[in-house]
Amino acid sequence: MCATCGCSSGSSVTLLLAEHDQRHGHGLGGPGHVHGLGGHGHSHAAWGQAGHEDVRLDGHEAAGHDHDHEDPGHGAHPAGSPPQGELTTLDPVDGPRTIELQQKVLAKNDEIAQENRLWLRERGILAVNLMSSPGAGKTTLLEATMRGMAGRVSISVVEGDQETALDATRVLAAGSSVVQINTGAGCHLDAEMVARALRCLDPPSGSIVMIENVGNLVCPALFDLGEQARVVLASVTEGADKPLKYPHMFRQADLVLLNKTDLLPYVDFDVREYSAGLRKVTPDALLLQVSATTGDGMHAWYDWLRRRTPVPQD
Amino acid sequence: MHELAITEGVVDAVTGRLPDARITCVRLEIGALSGVVADSVRFCFDLVTEGTNLEGARLEIIEPPGLCSCRVCGVNFEPDGPIAICPCGSAEVTVLAGQDLKITSVQVG
Repeated sequence: MCATCGCSSGSSVTLLLAEHDQRHGHGLGGPGHVHGLGGHGHSHAAWGQAGHEDVRLDGHEAAGHDHDHEDPGHGAHPAGSPPQGELTTLDPVDGPRTIELQQKVLAKNDEIAQENRLWLRERGILAVNLMSSPGAGKTTLLEATMRGMAGRVSISVVEGDQETALDATRVLAAGSSVVQINTGAGCHLDAEMVARALRCLDPPSGSIVMIENVGNLVCPALFDLGEQARVVLASVTEGADKPLKYPHMFRQADLVLLNKTDLLPYVDFDVREYSAGLRKVTPDALLLQVSATTGDGMHAWYDWLRRRTPVPQD
Repeated sequence: MHELAITEGVVDAVTGRLPDARITCVRLEIGALSGVVADSVRFCFDLVTEGTNLEGARLEIIEPPGLCSCRVCGVNFEPDGPIAICPCGSAEVTVLAGQDLKITSVQVG
């Protein structure tokens, strides 16, 4: 059994890349159809360093486990030499000894997240970690955003789901390059998965990478991916008490998008109650009301993204 | 259930630092505002350590309370639960302590 995600040994983390544009010939392997994304003959699919069109990775390599030391993208973490300080022995050598570690449990993830952040900054790319409960409308929001910002900024997508490439297929159809990460039994994305996905996508300078996390208001909150901004998407069909019920998630949000406002006349949802609850958890986060379906309020969201998107480098 | 990934991170960190030692005790600090449930880590620990040099090790967890500072009235207070509201009613607070999630020490046999 995999100790990280509790999945059985037959399960694994899978990354699939589908490029909507014609950016093949970058040493990323030959063109071909991505497994599970059939029906898009115009797309050219490839996998990063491996040069294969469909690579299934053993969960212990792709899930950000510390004992994976063979990943070519992370040669900076040789086996047995993590970056922390010296060990201190407190007790005599002949009995049981206490060894002081004082090490953050998520140090490895945080370190890779920091590398991702640097990688993105060097290239002038905005990465947004988009989190929500299942069904809040993350993929619909992405589709609408790609349409709404088409021609002004390039958007590529990292899709995180436990299974299927259904979301990637939708995003691809909307006109974006996309990497689908299937986490198997995993309940969140981690920095290692995103590192692989970013290198696979190779987004252009001055573009936006939307990272659609696994639908879950609990686990993704703890894992820094190296993003510049965290956006939590909520919807009026979920109930106004969500910020108070999931404070860890909302506390870290830079922006909260309240989606499906077109349904407000039909549901028992009090926007003021929602806003008050959100202020209790995070007084500083911005709240925008949107409907990805009708387009209401979406321009404020586009403006928010544009203000954070770096100028393309030469 | 991110506690399983968290517990795996503990085991990986310890085996990375001390690959050859037989670990008899692991001491963790899980702050009240860390977002991790100590009982869930305890539940996962035996499962995750199986077959490693931590197998059979005792798990000791201390759970330091949260400490926040109110940006309105300036008082420091221990929040009651994961939502930090100052006794004065303000939610504009800075978290000073209780978010840590770390391995403090291990005992080797």
